[in-house]
Amino acid sequence: MIRVENINKSFDGRRVLSDISVEFGNGQTNLIIGQSGSGKTVLMNCIVGLLQPESGHIFYDGRDITVMTKRERSLLRREIGMLFQGGALFDSMTVLENVMFPLDMFSSMGYKERRHRAQWCLDRVNMLEGAGKLPNELSGGMQKRTAIARAIAMEPRYLFCDEPNSGLDPKTSLVIDGLISEITHENDITTVVNTHDMNSVMGIGENILFIDNGHKAWQGGKGDVLSSANKQLNDFIFAAKRIKDLHTPSLLRGLPLT
Amino acid sequence: MIKKGLQALGEYLILMGRTFQRPERMRMFFKKYYQELMNLGINSVGIVLLISLFIGAVICIQIKLNIQSIWMPAWTSGYTTREIMLLEFSSAIMCLILAGKVGSNIASEIGTMRITQQIDALEIMGVNSASHIILPKIAALVSFIPVLVTFSVAAGIVGAYCTAWLAHIITPTDLTLGLQHSFTPWYFWMGVIKSLFFAFIIASVSSYYGYNVKGGSIEVGKASTSAVVSCSVLILFSDIFLTQLLST
Repeated sequence: MIRVENINKSFDGRRVLSDISVEFGNGQTNLIIGQSGSGKTVLMNCIVGLLQPESGHIFYDGRDITVMTKRERSLLRREIGMLFQGGALFDSMTVLENVMFPLDMFSSMGYKERRHRAQWCLDRVNMLEGAGKLPNELSGGMQKRTAIARAIAMEPRYLFCDEPNSGLDPKTSLVIDGLISEITHENDITTVVNTHDMNSVMGIGENILFIDNGHKAWQGGKGDVLSSANKQLNDFIFAAKRIKDLHTPSLLRGLPLT
Repeated sequence: MIKKGLQALGEYLILMGRTFQRPERMRMFFKKYYQELMNLGINSVGIVLLISLFIGAVICIQIKLNIQSIWMPAWTSGYTTREIMLLEFSSAIMCLILAGKVGSNIASEIGTMRITQQIDALEIMGVNSASHIILPKIAALVSFIPVLVTFSVAAGIVGAYCTAWLAHIITPTDLTLGLQHSFTPWYFWMGVIKSLFFAFIIASVSSYYGYNVKGGSIEVGKASTSAVVSCSVLILFSDIFLTQLLST
C-alpha cells in the first residue's frame, strides 16, 4: 500500500500540487485522472521520488521515501516498476536486452535464468516474437508492451504507469489496460496509473483520484464516477461528450464564433 | 553571469561526484566500457590518422618553403615537424578536433536519453544513471587517448615522409636526420599526459551538457553545440597551464 500525506509542490513560485493526501491499495489498479497540466505527472514523479515534494510524506508500506537516504531510496526503487509515457526503452539494446537489463543489474541469477525470466515476461505481454528487434523497429503498442515486460521483470511490489495509452489506438489501449489490470491482480501489487483516457477509467479504475488544478477534487471507484455530483469531475468526464455534441448543427447555431 | 557560471560549476562537480562512484555491477561496467571504447576510441582512429597525415605533410612543406634557407641546417624541416607534432598537434589540436567529433556525440546521445526518459527509467530502477552512463565514457576515452596520440604522431611523420618520397620537397635522409636530431623522449610523454587531461575534459564536460538537457530536440542540439564550444575553450586554457607546468 502507498500512502501520500499532505504533499505540496511548486515550480518557480507556482503551486502545482496543494495538500494532496491519498491511499493506493494493494492488488488494485489505482488511477490518477485529470486534465493535462492538472499535476498528475508531478504527483506521480513525487511518489516515485523523481521529484522532491516541498512538504508532506509518502509511505511505501510504512517506509517514508521523503526522508530516505540515497542508498535506501535506491534499494526501494528495486521494488518499483515503471511504464513511462514514451516507453523509455534503451535505444541501443534489443527488446530482450531491455527486459534483461534490470535483471543484469540487480539479480543474482545466472545468465540462462535471467534470459528465461526475460523471455517469460515477454511472453506474458505477447512480445516474444519481437525479442530480437530494436525499439525503433517497434510500433507504439509494442514499445509499451515491452516496457511493461521490463517493468515486471524484477517482480515489483509497486507498478507505476504514466499515460500508458497516449498515442495508441483504442483497441491497443484496451490491450494495454487489460495487461496492467491482469498483472496487478495476478501478483497482488500496488498499481498506480496516470491517465486522462475515459475508457481506462471505466475499464480498470478500481480506485480513482481526480486532480483539478493541483488539488484533490474527488476520489472513488469507477461505479461512482458517472453518478458523482462533483462539478469539476463532471466537466472533465463529460467534456468528450460535449465536443461530440458540437458537431450537431442545432447546437452549433447557438454558439458564439469565438 | 558569474552566478550562472558558479552554478554550472557546482552542478558539474555534483555530477562528477555521482559519476565516480563504484558501479553497481562491474560486469555491466566493463560491457559498457568496451562499447564506449569502440564507439569513442576505435571509431576516431580513422579521422585522427587522416588529419595527422595531412598536417604532418603540410607542416613539413611550409617549413621547407618558408623558413628553411641556406643559412639553416638541411634537417630543420624534419626537426620542426617532429617538435610541432609531439608538443602541440597530437595532443592539443587533435583533442580540439575530437571535442567536435566525440564531444557532440556524447552530449547528443545523453541529451536524447534525457528527453526520452531513458535516464529517468534508470533512476527508477535504482541505477545510478550518472555512473552507469558517464563513467564508462570517461574511462574509455581517457584510456584510449594515448593510443590516438601515438597514432597521430606516427601518421604526422608518415605524412612528412610522403612529401619527401612523393613530392621530393626534402630528401628522406635530411628528414630522417631532422626527426632524430636532439630527440627528447619527455616531449612525447608530455603530449600523452596533456591528452589525458583533455580527454577527461571532453568526456566529462560533454556528458554534463547532455545530462542536464531540459526540453526537446532543439535543446539537445544546443547542448551539443555548447559542449563543443566549452570543451574547446577549456582545452585551450588548460593547455597553457599544462604546458607551463610540464615544461618546467
